[in-house]
Amino acid sequence: MSDRLLSVGLDVGTTSTQMVLSELTVENRASPFAVPELEIAQRKILCKSPVHFTPLVGENLVDGGAIRTLVEEEYRKAGISRGQVDTGAIIITGETSRKENARTVLEALSDFAGDFVVATAGPDLESVLAAKGAGAAEYSAQTGETVLHMDIGGGTSNLALIRDGKIVETGCLNVGGRLLKLDRNGAVTYVSPVLEGLCSLKPGNRVDPGQVMETARLLAQALEMAAGLREKTPLLEQLWTKESGPVWPAPPAKVVVSFSGGVADCIGQERNWLEFGDMGPLLGRAIRESRLCTGEFMLGTETIRATVIGAGCHSAQLSGSTVFCQNVAFPLKNVPVVNLTRAQQAEPGQVLSGLLRRQDGIAAVALPGLPSPSYREVAALADALAGAMKGRQVLLCLEQDMAKALGQALALRLGREAEILCIDRVKISEGSYLDVGAPVGPAFPVVVKTLVLEK
Amino acid sequence: MNKQELSAMVAEILGGLREEPMVKGSDYRPVNPGPERKDTGYRDGDFVPDVTALDLRKLYLVDNPENEQKFRRMKERTPARLGSGRAGARYKTLTMLRFRADHAAAQDAVFSQVSEDFAAKNGMQEVQTRCGSKDEYLTRPDLGRCFDEENQRKIRAAIPGTPRVQIVVGDGLSSAAITANAMDCLEAIRDGLKLKGIDPGTPIFVRYCRVGAGDAIGDVTGCELVCMLVGERPGLVTDKSMSAYITYKPRTGVSESSRTVVSNIHAQGTPAVEAGAHIAGLIDTILKKQVSGVGLHMEAMA
Repeated sequence: MSDRLLSVGLDVGTTSTQMVLSELTVENRASPFAVPELEIAQRKILCKSPVHFTPLVGENLVDGGAIRTLVEEEYRKAGISRGQVDTGAIIITGETSRKENARTVLEALSDFAGDFVVATAGPDLESVLAAKGAGAAEYSAQTGETVLHMDIGGGTSNLALIRDGKIVETGCLNVGGRLLKLDRNGAVTYVSPVLEGLCSLKPGNRVDPGQVMETARLLAQALEMAAGLREKTPLLEQLWTKESGPVWPAPPAKVVVSFSGGVADCIGQERNWLEFGDMGPLLGRAIRESRLCTGEFMLGTETIRATVIGAGCHSAQLSGSTVFCQNVAFPLKNVPVVNLTRAQQAEPGQVLSGLLRRQDGIAAVALPGLPSPSYREVAALADALAGAMKGRQVLLCLEQDMAKALGQALALRLGREAEILCIDRVKISEGSYLDVGAPVGPAFPVVVKTLVLEK
Repeated sequence: MNKQELSAMVAEILGGLREEPMVKGSDYRPVNPGPERKDTGYRDGDFVPDVTALDLRKLYLVDNPENEQKFRRMKERTPARLGSGRAGARYKTLTMLRFRADHAAAQDAVFSQVSEDFAAKNGMQEVQTRCGSKDEYLTRPDLGRCFDEENQRKIRAAIPGTPRVQIVVGDGLSSAAITANAMDCLEAIRDGLKLKGIDPGTPIFVRYCRVGAGDAIGDVTGCELVCMLVGERPGLVTDKSMSAYITYKPRTGVSESSRTVVSNIHAQGTPAVEAGAHIAGLIDTILKKQVSGVGLHMEAMA
């Protein structure tokens, strides 16, 4: 059995807005004599849009209408309609995510782009998608190398530490090519507020490459510190973005550094310093000359498109193939998740009632589950969960393979009219949101995401 | 060569043989002293640690590997005995002991019996195929597929009316698999069937059971479907793997291709309860489509 899903990815970044269409092939990997195990076996990119400038209205608003027109135009060129799109994700990244209307635009676009196209934002998720889209995660999985991936865009650099193909740590710095903009004569037109104290240039100043390099080197040094290649100074603290939490612990000494993002194209080769009207080419040179590039380093298989390809190809995953669902309508979008720990799941009743009381609308409950549980253990868990969730929509995500057994036990306790979705083989970390699409064969497409839009 | 020459040659060979002293195994003494005996640290009465407790996917015994980390990562994905190293041209002691322990467990699973009170404890009637013993069961597959008059009477007495679904638990080739998984799986099947409004009926336990015994139970009860949970032939990976064979219109003589199989039900494969929930769904589908086995596959593909 094989099924194809048409997936769209849209990245609205500080500088550029891009779209990709891809085809995800779903296959049953289990033998015909065993319980099915559906997997996304293949991800094929069907088309990539040109790189558009992100349309803005003034300094503080994203031009939602213009992006909508852009998506419409790309759909028309690809010959597809909204109804054909099965899944996908829109991510709003970098400085654009700090615009006043970011959330409204994001949600309107996700509804416009397709029924199960999900809205996402947040520096950690961006790091994950970029690392996957650039091929760094796959490189690590295949070679066993530990990889430090840096996606250096217009406003921010998203970092991901990857071990054995798994992203174990993420971080984000305000380091990007468009923190300083220039006109074609080399006059400064814009200095981002994040450069305060790091750059003495003011709009209107005529500059030479040497002056810009001074700032570029400082930014490269901050990246070196984040990579553990230079003694930490307050500079790192200053440029580390607040949304991505405290500064991460420096990664181990022996890592392969990998780059993507628009600036990555200026690391591999020298570009004219005024080519893009910003400090990108010189930031690229500063990174090439830094300690980041003295050891083993590589450019992603995708550079400027890494994040959008991550959003298009790697945001959706499939649940386990033995799951339970009754009376739930799809898609489920932007569902907040409450987490139960292994200890709490043993006595979930009270804790769960408390956690759920704090959620006004619907909420999903994520719990580890039990490895190969006995029927008695399933029944006990079902009793406790049914008690705590009576009268609510029951949305459960387990890590261990037991969702169908637990789901049917819950249905016997809560009745045939109860709304129950119980899926497994999905790991959800604290503070995430969940989107679930209509089933593909016996499994459900799931997007675990963040929606961090802070100023 | 003439007759004389031939006799002379035979005499010569026989004579030569007679001159060689015959050596018996018990007389044999090595000329060189054996290898020096190393102190193992064990004393009489000590126990060697349980070699079967080690997780094979984490056991890596190659000395001076080129890249241990990568090899270990590959090993995580397979139960195969890779990266076991060597002592000269042979296995290391640990590898050898583990292999023999797993082999012994597999043999035990075949030769041991499901305990006598298993059926009664779980509220099932026990019946026995025509096999009189484990040895007969192993050597006469044909007898494991049918019942004598007395056992047929027992089946009729235990199962009221004509059930739609008949669940059968059979020891098959692994008693360990049944003891470990059958009841958890059966309870989950019951839950699933109840939810779909299908009567799960009265399950029955069969000793010395082959898959075909389900057809004989179909003959006796006239049921519409048999779902048999049966112990799989054990291998070196696990001795506790169970399968479910679901047959629509089970009657003696049906073709093997008419059975739908769910295999690999054990703790490291599909958990018993989850398999049970899946099997309940399959039973529902099979009753609706009125076909099982290859026919069901064909229908799904059409």
